[in-house]
Amino acid sequence: MDLVESYRDDLRFVRKPFAWFLLGALLVGLLALPWYAHTSWVVRATVICLYAIGVMGQNILIGYTGQISFGQAGFLAIGAYTFGHLKLLGVPFFLALLGAGLTAALGGVLVGFPSLRLKGPYLAIATLGFGIAVYQIFANSEILSGGRSGLAVPKLEPAFGLSREVYVYYIYVGLLIAFTIITYNLISSYVGRAFVAIRDSDIAAEVMGVNLARYKLLAFAISSFYTGVHGGLFAQFLGHLEPQTFNVAESLTLFVAVIVGGLASIEGSILGAAFVIMVPTLLSEYRWFVPVLFGLTILVVLIFEPLGLAGRWLKTRLYFQLWPFR
Amino acid sequence: MGGLLEVKDLSLNFGGIKALAGVGVAIAEGETLALIGPNGSGKTSLFNCVTGIYRPGAGSITLRGESLLGLSPDAVTRRGVARTFQNLRLFLNMSALDNLLVGRHLHFRKNLLHAALRMRSEEVRHRRRCEEIIEFLNLEPYRKSRVADCPFGIQKKIELGRALATEPKLLLLDEPVSGLTAEEKEEVSYWIHEVRGRFGITILLVEHDLRAASRLASRMVALDHGVKIAEGTPEEVQRHPDVIKAYLGD
Repeated sequence: MDLVESYRDDLRFVRKPFAWFLLGALLVGLLALPWYAHTSWVVRATVICLYAIGVMGQNILIGYTGQISFGQAGFLAIGAYTFGHLKLLGVPFFLALLGAGLTAALGGVLVGFPSLRLKGPYLAIATLGFGIAVYQIFANSEILSGGRSGLAVPKLEPAFGLSREVYVYYIYVGLLIAFTIITYNLISSYVGRAFVAIRDSDIAAEVMGVNLARYKLLAFAISSFYTGVHGGLFAQFLGHLEPQTFNVAESLTLFVAVIVGGLASIEGSILGAAFVIMVPTLLSEYRWFVPVLFGLTILVVLIFEPLGLAGRWLKTRLYFQLWPFR
Repeated sequence: MGGLLEVKDLSLNFGGIKALAGVGVAIAEGETLALIGPNGSGKTSLFNCVTGIYRPGAGSITLRGESLLGLSPDAVTRRGVARTFQNLRLFLNMSALDNLLVGRHLHFRKNLLHAALRMRSEEVRHRRRCEEIIEFLNLEPYRKSRVADCPFGIQKKIELGRALATEPKLLLLDEPVSGLTAEEKEEVSYWIHEVRGRFGITILLVEHDLRAASRLASRMVALDHGVKIAEGTPEEVQRHPDVIKAYLGD
């Protein structure tokens, strides 16, 4: 039986002991990964971690607040280049990452202003324009993009006697865990409720006392902060930046990750990130066929699992809760 | 009894259509006033003007002497006006409890850091207030159900609860008993009556069901084509020749 004895109990992060156990097992599995998996898998996991942060941010905006945005590649580029330039100036890793996030958040607030007037597909087109504009600016400005040879980002120096791959993996996993916890906290707080209220009925949200302008801009700021951090982590991972990395296809990949993972789901964001990274990797033997298979996989997931991968997870959990009676 | 809400010479045009043409309504503190009139007579437009969704072309709206004109809907709510909608506008994917908690939004002491770090003393404080409303409206079985899965009668009650959660001085109810069964109508009427008694809230309601309206309201105002055609006790208004003409034709 699941008995809640106080309001405070009801708000706990994890309530049941069994959930603590599962969470602990997952954590140990993640932290021990370099011991039982090949280095190539550690690198893949690193990419999934950095993507998951960006997808989570995107999900806050699209899934929770209901503001469709196709401009993510723009924020990604802003984050990545801010991070790269700060790193070149000798700023330490975490400060540079914070700078990348904050710069992207500022861009997010600016892009958020049209959202006060535009809705649905119209907003999507406006943000798409922003993404393309940022891409063009970086592609055409040698000062920003570091010229023809691109921008080289200094590598991280590993510590504690770990190899560079493993060291980077631990930092990225740590960040993903921190971002995941903060996202859960935000979404279950008054902020998250205001976001969902705006998505479900913006007029009612406003009439209930939610300041629409403030919360829409806040959603854009938070979401682009995540994407900026994603960009910074991506820049560090690649070690070399070219504007072509941040074209419209990148925005689409992030969008696909949100939809396939599951709208308005934090676990879904991580699963979606894993999906868009793993499917092309696993299918890489059929090189020329990868885009087609990728597209087909998305179709299959959406037709059979409209709630996304998170929906499958939900149903699996329900199955075990009801077992053996059903 | 002082005037709580005073609406004077309110005019609202949509292109060539005059939704409201110089309407004046005054509500005293603690009173229940019913607004009646055929479809398209401007009842909901008046609500939308008061709550800041529409910007009227001319006229004044004051709450305890303070003008509400030009304020955004959330600012109007902060001054103590809450409303329900004719075709429910609930947050369908949230639980009933969360819907009520959104109603508490403007009373939250907001701190983004507390939100991100799961410091929830505010949350617990407001949960207590929401539970009082849940208890008052007998919504306990539906506390954690998704609103979209609740029956229509329950959804209407949740919307009433959400409006109460903002702790309004003035409650605007847009057709609170429409679409309900006879028993549910009785029940909701009883609750509206209780709201006035227990919370001391002044109520302005729009209602097509004249029997329910005249039972609930101490005074009635009739609108037709954006113009006030009658005002007085429910009996007076319902016998008024212009009202009969507006409903039945010549």
